[in-house]
Amino acid sequence: MTAASSENNVSGLSADIALSMKNVAVERGGRTIWSGADFDVPTGSFTAIIGPNGAGKSTTAGLVLGQIPPSNGTITVLGAPPARGNERIGLVPQNHTLDQAGSIVCRDVVGLGLIGTKWGASIRTRSIAADVDKVLAEVDATRFAYKRFGEVSGGQQQRVTIAQALIINPDMLVLDEPLAGLDLQGQVEIVELVHRINRERGVTVLFVTHDLNPLLAHIDSLIYILDGRPFFGKPDDVVNAGLLTRLYSTPVQVLRTDEGCIFTRTE
Amino acid sequence: MHGFTEVLPSTTSLLADLSLLTTPFMINALIAGTLIAMAAGTIGYFVLLRDQAFATHAIAHIGFPGATLAALLFINPIWGLLVACVGGGLAIGAFGHRKGDREVVTGTILAFASGLGILFASIGSRQSGMVTNILFGNILAVSQDQLVIFGVITVIVLIAMVITGRQLMFCSIDPEVAAAKGIPVRALSTIFLICMSLVIAISVTVVGVLLIFALLVTPAATAIKITARPAAVVAIATSISVVSVWAGLIVSTYQPWPPSFIIVTIACTIWAVTPLYTRYRDKRTTPAALPTPAPSPDLV
Repeated sequence: MTAASSENNVSGLSADIALSMKNVAVERGGRTIWSGADFDVPTGSFTAIIGPNGAGKSTTAGLVLGQIPPSNGTITVLGAPPARGNERIGLVPQNHTLDQAGSIVCRDVVGLGLIGTKWGASIRTRSIAADVDKVLAEVDATRFAYKRFGEVSGGQQQRVTIAQALIINPDMLVLDEPLAGLDLQGQVEIVELVHRINRERGVTVLFVTHDLNPLLAHIDSLIYILDGRPFFGKPDDVVNAGLLTRLYSTPVQVLRTDEGCIFTRTE
Repeated sequence: MHGFTEVLPSTTSLLADLSLLTTPFMINALIAGTLIAMAAGTIGYFVLLRDQAFATHAIAHIGFPGATLAALLFINPIWGLLVACVGGGLAIGAFGHRKGDREVVTGTILAFASGLGILFASIGSRQSGMVTNILFGNILAVSQDQLVIFGVITVIVLIAMVITGRQLMFCSIDPEVAAAKGIPVRALSTIFLICMSLVIAISVTVVGVLLIFALLVTPAATAIKITARPAAVVAIATSISVVSVWAGLIVSTYQPWPPSFIIVTIACTIWAVTPLYTRYRDKRTTPAALPTPAPSPDLV
């Protein structure tokens, strides 16, 4: 099953467009964050959302999730207007700062993705056990499934959170700065995991990040917010020194290697 | 002066004293203590999950002027406690959203409330015994009317926690994701604060404003070290509370010590020695125990 099989396509858009923005602008607290967004994100793509701090990357995610209304234009997500509680979108937030809430085991955190939205006491818990185990195996978290969530590493917590987002079998995965606070190795592992999920499930991935480097070898498109306007492009078009220097307002150099390319700040 | 041996009761006098347990005021106290322990054990777990331990302390202090004002107006202090605690809980919920703000807001309200409490107490000059009861608790003074109130509140709170438990847990762990999934995060937070405040109000009658932490938070903090399973945490926390309250009452039948002291001492002692047990247990099980067999997720 792929995300392309969405049949309730109310807006008449083709099913191979997961996210469509038509002349969209967004304001928060009376201030325009960005405007003029006009692009389509293909279904099944792995798209990074990049830009410097404060450019409105997380705001973009908020629009897709229906948490923030656009001040202008039309957004279509998976064939419908954005809405809170969309069961076809899985969300992976930034790292957790947990105190006692981390006392429950990873496995229960995943289970909450399915039953944590329901009222009432334990019903159906046995029937979800198999689903939880399956998705834990998919993100390679089986070996620490019974450890307390607050006691595993940041990278392991992100695997668990990704499993929680996947347990509803979403057609779109939105990740909001999931690499924050991870070391380099952890970042690479999470990006590779997300890429594998993207390929195997055909799920559309929107990956918010301020650091494009760990994603460059994996993404097939990106949304970059430049001077208050989001653009959509392919990595080959975007990743050049001139554009990145404008994007980050700091001199950036692009190094191409056999494995792909990386860009660095030049001093 | 009594000799040291006389402090320890002989078997016969202990049995004679235990017959005190069947007197009406003692039966009231045992029932009240059990009801409150059940509510406190359940609420305590969510208090920890939601990182609101300090708020419980503050809300109890806000109850203090409520109780002394009620007494001044010749109303049963329990009503003053209930109204002030719920009002205080809602105020803390309304003003302290960001984590950084919360401690300062909570502490400031706490200080102001304590000042008001002592003002009302000083106006009604006959109230010094009552002030001690509010500050340190007196479970032996629980009346039949109060018992009914405690029963109703315990039932309401337990039902509310069963209905909202999973969503509350989700909000505590992942507020961002919970909100995105359409869970009414704010409404649940308010429901929880009301339940928490009600339980604090009735718990004050057992251990008082100043010792509330030991009955409401300490047992849950102990249980959370022993197990990660939510239902088991609630069960263990409730058990610790019940044991503490009952032991406090039993000891008070043959010792002149106030039950509050025994209750708090037992709860705190169990809390203090639990790490010794869990460390021993983990050392024994950790190396060989992986992979763990798979029970189903145990969510409340």
